[in-house]
Amino acid sequence: MRLVIALPYAWLGIFFLLPFGLVLAIALGSAAPDSAPPVTLGLSLKNFALLLSDDLYVAAWLGSLRIAATSTLAALLLGYPMAYAIARADPRWRPILLMAVILPFWTSFLIRVYAWMGLLASNGLVNQFLRWSGLVGDPGTILGTEWAIHLGIVYAYLPFMVLPLYAALEKLDGGLLEAAADLGANPVVAFLTVTLPLSLPGIVAGCLLVFIPAVGEFVIPDLLGGTGTLMIGKVLWDEFFLNADWPLAAAVAVCLLLLLLGPIALFQRQQARSLERP
Amino acid sequence: MTAAAIVTLTGLAKRFGSVTAVERVDLEIRRGELFALLGGSGCGKTTLLRMIAGFETPDQGRILIDGQDMTGVPPHRRPVNMMFQSYALFPHMDVAANVGYGLRRDGLPAPEIARRVGEALKQVRLGDLGERRPAQLSGGQRQRVALARALVKRPKLLLLDEPLAALDRKLREATRFELVRLQEELGLTFVMVTHDQEEAMSMASRLAVMDKGRIEQVGPPHEVYERPASRFVADFIGIANILPLDGGRAWLALRPEKIALFAARPDTDHAEQGRIVDIAYEGDRSLYRVGLLDGSLLQVSTANTARIAAAFRRGDDVWLGWAADAGHRLDK
Repeated sequence: MRLVIALPYAWLGIFFLLPFGLVLAIALGSAAPDSAPPVTLGLSLKNFALLLSDDLYVAAWLGSLRIAATSTLAALLLGYPMAYAIARADPRWRPILLMAVILPFWTSFLIRVYAWMGLLASNGLVNQFLRWSGLVGDPGTILGTEWAIHLGIVYAYLPFMVLPLYAALEKLDGGLLEAAADLGANPVVAFLTVTLPLSLPGIVAGCLLVFIPAVGEFVIPDLLGGTGTLMIGKVLWDEFFLNADWPLAAAVAVCLLLLLLGPIALFQRQQARSLERP
Repeated sequence: MTAAAIVTLTGLAKRFGSVTAVERVDLEIRRGELFALLGGSGCGKTTLLRMIAGFETPDQGRILIDGQDMTGVPPHRRPVNMMFQSYALFPHMDVAANVGYGLRRDGLPAPEIARRVGEALKQVRLGDLGERRPAQLSGGQRQRVALARALVKRPKLLLLDEPLAALDRKLREATRFELVRLQEELGLTFVMVTHDQEEAMSMASRLAVMDKGRIEQVGPPHEVYERPASRFVADFIGIANILPLDGGRAWLALRPEKIALFAARPDTDHAEQGRIVDIAYEGDRSLYRVGLLDGSLLQVSTANTARIAAAFRRGDDVWLGWAADAGHRLDK
C-alpha cells in the first residue's frame, strides 16, 4: 500500500524534481566554453537578468505567446464544430469518427511535420493545387512563414482540442435544448445560452491542452517556420546547441516553466472542479 | 369544431421507422380543462404530446392550437410550454434564472421578469429558493421549479409529461391536488401524459385512453370507468370482470365493487354460487377471487368498514349477487 503511494512521488522526484534541480543549478551558474560540461556552477542571477533585458528574448516570449494564442483560437474554431458534429452523430458512428481524430497519432509526430514541409514547399502539393485551380496567381511560398507554423500547430494539436470538447458536448442532455426551444429560444440562442456555457469546461481544457505545449513548441517552428520567426523553444535550442551557452538555455527553460505555471494551475483547478460536479 | 376547443388534432399520424407510434388520431381539447392522455408505455401518448409541442413532426394530419395551424411552426414559436418528465432544468443557472429563461427570450424588461419570476416561485411555494442551483434541490423542489418555469409564460396550453412520475408516493398524492389547484386558479389548459390511471382519474376533467397509437375512448373519468368503450378500456382502468354475452359476440364489464358477497342465496337480480380462492387484504378494502361452478373466476371487492376480521375466509362457499344494471355491455 505504501509502495503504491510512494510510486508517483518517486516518479515525480526522479523524472521532474531532480532534472529541474539540475536545470535550475545550471541556470544559476555561468558559461565555461572550454570545459565539459561547459558550465561553472555558481549562484548568479545574471542569466535571468539578461533574459529580461535583451529585446531578443522578450520578443521571442511575446512571439511564442502570440502564436500559441492565435493557434489555440484557430484550433478552437475548427475543433468545436468537429466535436459538436461527432457528439450529435449517430452513436454507431461516434467511435469511428473519434478514431479518425486520433488516427494521426499512429504516425510519428516528427514524420508528420516533415510531410507538411513537402506539402508546403514552393513547388509542393499545396502550391501546385493553388496554381492549378487558378484561385491564386502566385501563391508564394507558405513554408517558412508564420502561416506554416500556425498550420502545423493547429494540425498537430487539434485532437487535444477535439477530445475534451467532445467529452463535454457528449454529456449534454438533449432535453435541455428542447426545454430552451420550448421556452422560446431559437436554435442560435439555445446554443449560446445552453450548449456553450455547459461546454465551457471542455473549452477551457481543450484550449489549455493546446496552448501549453504550443508555447514551448520547438519542432514546428524549426521545421516549418522561417529564420525570422522567434519562438522561445527555438531560442532555447539555439542557445544550447549553437551557442553552447548552457546556463542561458537553462534560464530560458526555467522561465518557460514559470510562465506556464499560471495556465497549468488554471487547468488543474478546472479539472478538479469538473470532478467535483456530480 | 366547437368554439371551446383550444387544440384540435385531425388525422394525426406518426411512424418511427417501421413502428407506428400514433395512428390517425382525432381529438379536441377544450379551453380550461385538465386533459389526461392515459396509456401504457409505447401507446403513443408521449409522441402525441411531443407533436403538440413541436418536437416531433407528424407524418399526416394537422394540429390546430387556438385556431392556428401549427404545421411547420417550430417549438420556439408555439404558444405552448412543456414540463418535461426529466424536468430538464438548466444546471448552470440558479432557480430564478431557470424560471426567468422564457421571459428573457421574450425580451421583457428586467424588473418585470424579476416580478413575474417571484410571483411564479410563490405560486409553487418556492419563494425563498431563487438563488439555489438545481443540484441543491430535492426531487420535489425540482419538480416545482420545472412547473414554475413552464407556467411563468402563461401559455395557452401547458403540456405535462408524466409530471408526478419521479416523485415518491406521498409527495405524488399531495402534488396532484396542488396541480389541480394551480390549473383552476390560473384558468389554464393542462394536457397531461400519464401511465398512472389513478392519477388520470383523480385529476383530469376528461381523459383519453390510448392503446397502440389509437385513442380507445375519450370522456370524463366516471364515464370511462362506468361505461368503458371496449374490453381494453374496461381492463386498463381499474379492475373489471369481463363476462361473455350472446355466445361470445359481446361482453359484460362488471366492476368488483358492484358485486356483493353473501353467505346464502341473495334475492339480487343475478346470483351465482362459488368458492373463495384467495383474498388480497389492501387495508381499506379486500379483493376476493371467487371460483364459480363453471370454473371461471370473478373478482369481488368489499370495503373494510369495520375493524374486525372479515366475515369470509379462503375456501368458504359463498354466493355472489349483483343488480341488473351493475355491469356495462361491451361490443368490442
